[in-house]
Amino acid sequence: MPDASARNASGVAADALIEIDGVAKVFVGQDGEEIVALDGTDLRIGRGEFLSIVGPSGCGKSTLLSVVAGLLEPTEGEVRIDGVRVDGPYTDLGFAFQSDLLLDWRTVLGNVLLQCAMRGLDARKYEPRARELIASVGLEGFEDKRPFELSGGMRQRVALCRALLLDPPMLMMDEPFGALDALTREQMQVDLLAMWQKSRKTVLFITHSISEAVFLSDRIIVMTPRPGRVREIIDVTLDRPRDLNVRDTAAFSEIVHRVRLLFQEMGVIH
Amino acid sequence: MTSTAKSTGKPVAKPRRHGLFSARSRGWHVDAFWMLLSLLIVLFAWEAIVALFDLPSHLLPRPLSVVGATVTHWSTIAANAWDTTVAVLAGYILAVAFAVPVSILIVLSPQAERLLYPPLVASQSVPKIALAPLFIVWFGFGLETKVSVAFLICFFPIVVDTIVGLRSIDPALIQLARSMGASPRRVFLKLRLPGALPSMFGGLKVASALAVVGALTGEYIASDSGLGYILLSASGELNTSLMFGVLIVLSVLAMIFFYAIELLEKLLIPWHVSQRGQSK
Repeated sequence: MPDASARNASGVAADALIEIDGVAKVFVGQDGEEIVALDGTDLRIGRGEFLSIVGPSGCGKSTLLSVVAGLLEPTEGEVRIDGVRVDGPYTDLGFAFQSDLLLDWRTVLGNVLLQCAMRGLDARKYEPRARELIASVGLEGFEDKRPFELSGGMRQRVALCRALLLDPPMLMMDEPFGALDALTREQMQVDLLAMWQKSRKTVLFITHSISEAVFLSDRIIVMTPRPGRVREIIDVTLDRPRDLNVRDTAAFSEIVHRVRLLFQEMGVIH
Repeated sequence: MTSTAKSTGKPVAKPRRHGLFSARSRGWHVDAFWMLLSLLIVLFAWEAIVALFDLPSHLLPRPLSVVGATVTHWSTIAANAWDTTVAVLAGYILAVAFAVPVSILIVLSPQAERLLYPPLVASQSVPKIALAPLFIVWFGFGLETKVSVAFLICFFPIVVDTIVGLRSIDPALIQLARSMGASPRRVFLKLRLPGALPSMFGGLKVASALAVVGALTGEYIASDSGLGYILLSASGELNTSLMFGVLIVLSVLAMIFFYAIELLEKLLIPWHVSQRGQSK
């Protein structure tokens, strides 16, 4: 990454992996009406940082993620990853959505190996790694099962394995646990955190849940209602590694409270 | 309450018996039994109606006389059943061969959609059977006319269901594929096409029944062979027994065709909701 530091003449922290500069996204509806989904957003995301984005529905959180990943072109501004401007899909990352997007016609193993089918890689070469990942999320013995034989939590674990197959340095997670029941959700948070603790990937995590964001993140970006803008960046100063008990501490409650206050100020929660 | 719940939960662990009604072979043995029973009831009712109302045989022949006529004319029926089968299959296969690429084109290219869809819909508003006399002018009496009617009548349902299938892909899945650097070709072959199969088979099954209708229509109006032709000539001779025999052979043929498509569906998409639980 010497290249990155050379480009950082603009005074950006040298360890910023993702730089979002004045990004705005305007959609034009079918009736020609312009919808400003995202407005003048600046962000620096550090290497190995766990960053959550919380905001009301329709505030452009997902749009921001898509722009960072190069799946959407920003109307204004630009995104740089490792100092290089994102222009077209950025493929050195793993994606996880609220819907697990598992293919019914592929087995658990086949779904994890979808990465190979999409990238034109030799699936046999990655099979040991895929099996290892599946075992690491507690799904050993399920390799040849079809997605419909799995519970929602298990399916989301498979989706996570799929995202991690090529060991990408970045994870884009768009409300990945949003459809899970509360207990499964807590377990998934713990597991994700354990995985992150070991690998220190840069994670961009979108969620509606304030406590989920506080539990997982280094920093929380609070977005305004549409047009989405960064309202405030909150540092989560809780010690790591964290376990579920941290939720019962005063420090945890205080941060949750601060985020909730912001939403109340913006009129998102009454 | 809890004790009964427990005891009803237990039989799962029971060793499987292999008798007629055992859990394992229950499938087709039981099915066959009920099919045979319903067939016997129909035959008995049929015989009883003929006897009770003393119906003349040219209105409703006895089951036995139908069997008799079928056996007597078996070689004719078999030869003409073959002709009909050829027409049905040719029309059907041609329809699939054209409908699937056309659907793909329509889904992939907005220009192709604007160009192809209106004439397609327009062609559907003409009753296909009304076109048959035109086919006689073009193709004369024989196989071509039958195949044309069968082709035309199967084409649209296959197109409609294939398009629905190809369009029903989750947009997020395309995003995921793009983030993996997949080319549009890969997205199409590995995601869109397999995802479209369940819906496609809906169209293929409907079309399999329609193909028989199309071939029969062709035979009624412009043919000197096939089961439709035999039906017409038997009707002219008031040979009702033979007509019933031909009708039964025809429905057996149509059923075999339909189940063949369904078997193919089971083999190709064992993972789909509609197939689960049956395949095990």
